[in-house]
Amino acid sequence: MYDAPNREMKVDQKTTKISARGVQVYYGDTHAIKDVDVDIEDRTVTAFIGPSGCGKSTFLRCLNRMNDTIDVCRVKGEIKLDGEDIYDKRVDPVQLRAKVGMVFQKPNPFPKSIYDNVAYGPRIHGLARDKADLDEIVERALRRGAIWNEVKDRLDAPGTGLSGGQQQRLCIARAVATEPEVLLMDEPCSALDPIATAQVEELIDELRESYSVVIVTHSMQQAARVSQKTAFFHLGNLVEFGETGQIFTNPQDSRTESYITGRIG
Amino acid sequence: MPVFWLVLIVGAMALIGYGLGRARALKSAGGDSRVLHSLPSFYGANVALSALVPALGLVLVWLIAQPLVINASISGDIPQSAIPESSTLSLVMSDVRRVADGLDLAVSQGVLSADAAKTLSADGTIRDTLGAVGVALGSDVTPEILSAAQTYRTMNAAGSWMLTALVLALAFGGFVFAMSRTKAEFRARNVVESGIRVLLVAAASIAILTTLGIVLSLIFNTIEFFKLYPASEFFTSLTWAPSFGGGSELGILPLLWGTLYISIIALLVAVPIGLFAAIYLSEYASPAVRGVAKPLIEILAGIPTIVYGLFALLTVGPLLLQVFGDEGLGWMQAGTAVMTAGLVMGVMLIPFVSSLSDDIINAVPQAMRDGSYGLGATKSETIRQVILPAALPGIVGAILLAASRAIGETMIVVLGAGAAARLSMNPFDAMTTVTAKIVSQLTGDADFASPEALVAFALGMTLFVITLGLNIFALYIVRKYREQYE
Ligand SMILES: Nc1ncnc2c1ncn2[C@@H]1O[C@H](COP(=O)(O)OP(=O)(O)OP(=O)(O)O)[C@@H](O)[C@H]1O
Ligand SMILES: [Mg+2]
Repeated sequence: MYDAPNREMKVDQKTTKISARGVQVYYGDTHAIKDVDVDIEDRTVTAFIGPSGCGKSTFLRCLNRMNDTIDVCRVKGEIKLDGEDIYDKRVDPVQLRAKVGMVFQKPNPFPKSIYDNVAYGPRIHGLARDKADLDEIVERALRRGAIWNEVKDRLDAPGTGLSGGQQQRLCIARAVATEPEVLLMDEPCSALDPIATAQVEELIDELRESYSVVIVTHSMQQAARVSQKTAFFHLGNLVEFGETGQIFTNPQDSRTESYITGRIG
Repeated sequence: MPVFWLVLIVGAMALIGYGLGRARALKSAGGDSRVLHSLPSFYGANVALSALVPALGLVLVWLIAQPLVINASISGDIPQSAIPESSTLSLVMSDVRRVADGLDLAVSQGVLSADAAKTLSADGTIRDTLGAVGVALGSDVTPEILSAAQTYRTMNAAGSWMLTALVLALAFGGFVFAMSRTKAEFRARNVVESGIRVLLVAAASIAILTTLGIVLSLIFNTIEFFKLYPASEFFTSLTWAPSFGGGSELGILPLLWGTLYISIIALLVAVPIGLFAAIYLSEYASPAVRGVAKPLIEILAGIPTIVYGLFALLTVGPLLLQVFGDEGLGWMQAGTAVMTAGLVMGVMLIPFVSSLSDDIINAVPQAMRDGSYGLGATKSETIRQVILPAALPGIVGAILLAASRAIGETMIVVLGAGAAARLSMNPFDAMTTVTAKIVSQLTGDADFASPEALVAFALGMTLFVITLGLNIFALYIVRKYREQYE
């Protein structure tokens, strides 16, 4: 399972889903992201790797404008989703976030029942025709989140009462339930055991058939296993971006090489 | 010696003890503080605490016990014959205390010499002498009262001397004992730790004991009242008509109704406005707006209730009268009404509700909001479906606290709602509340043994039970939701 990066994916002609150009992010005076250009392709898994504090989460949060909720945060540059600038005045961030879903670094289930947690998005966006439909959506999402078997008998129990790893999978299920076009996952497996990790990776692979997925991870193996594209961040710079196989076997930049071989970070 | 000086001396001893203890510890370690078991300051603190705490504890106990002991011993000595027909032992005792205090005062002002005060005889001059120093007595001093007062004075003086001697000895003893223990290997840090613990426990016990005392006095006086006036009448009678000549009707229901009615109107005003203001401030307002608006709202909380009362009486009442009075809709007879008091009390409670709710809403973790926004929810959806449910127990608690305050509020009611105890559904009628009636039963020349005055305790007790019930209910709600949510 933890073999060398291979799994050569047949990358056929992909359209660009998100394209970022010259993105700068400031937290007050801290320059957290420095002039980053990235193209995220449709139906592709893109991995963000890099040492802690290098700005992976920050950049991820730019992609669905979650940084709007932080007062001190300013974003400059251009980020286009399907050719439309998402920082344009006319774009409604609420609408955007329905399309670009997110799983956060720390599990954050709502203080509601497991069922209501998952049903939250579908209810808001009116995705279910009736109760039976909603039940089905919830079950499907929980199955995809690899948590259905553990919670199917206690859907009314509070989501906050689950273990850390279960909460993380609940949050994944919650994000999947709204059927986003792009799913941003910030270290979704950091609290999971190997079995659940494998299940989540399976889910990511499955999501790839219809969506594009961006995943932040600290595990080189995971990046190699699930992603087709990899971006390496270092101190706010995008150092290298390219085919996963190539980044892991033949990195162009010496910093990338040091990082993936474990010498920095 | 006056207690103030006593405390000061003991305090000075503690201060000196701190310095000496520290120095001695250092010296015993040959100036090298690393050899000491604890930091030098702990040795100093140990000496200071040993001198201070037992001595002050004794002062406290003594000050409470001395009057009790002296009173008991003297009232035992007063013969039955010395109590006039229409009076009681406690009234005679208060005369005794007045005479004794008067004599003390006279001596200290130089009107009487200390010896003369001791050898006074019970002729008519005492009343004049004491009158001259500002202590007015209702009747001439009988020999029994005078002799009791003299005993009272000697016992007090003796007690005071005993206290001074004992306290100084105790402080000095503690000082010396702690000094003798101050050596390098002495575990001063642990001793100070337990000393501090004792101090904290003492503070907590005083708080609890005072509350207990208040509750007990409420209970005993209430029982006293129910001996004079039937409880069934009190709780079921629909009329409140006290008359000090006797034959009062003291039914609590009209008062309770007034209290409830006014509180409900106040909460109807305060809860929505306060809650919405809190939501705006914590979720929508920019930091600049918040920085200005929050203190402004909190200023409302600093306005004394009597000012709100004036506002009710002079502004809101007349305003309402213009609209709903005889010239308007004709529902209102006078400016003082349930509506007037309720509205103004509501305004008073707004900052209470809003600042509590604001704190509670802010305590909801940002991760909850992020989770909701990340799923494409709008601000108001997030507030309604995530933040308010998560904050609900706290908000319910805030509302119940506001309700307790509304129920206990007095000044606004006295000025804004009128004084008529009445059971009516019309919010524009004047009504009155339990608290307002407690005030009016106890002000003026009330005889504190009559049911008309004692009823105040029964009213107070009822209020206390209601507020206590509300608080317990608030706790229950908070617990229940906590289980469900966390
Ligand atoms: N809310 C914030 N306010 C101020 N500075 C922030 C904030 N969030 C992140 N930063 C700063 O931005 C930089 C990048 O942080 P970010 O969270 O994006 O790192 P990361 O790559 O996700 O790290 P990790 O792998 O540890 O999650 C850090 O230096 C951090 O201190
Ligand atoms: Mg991160």
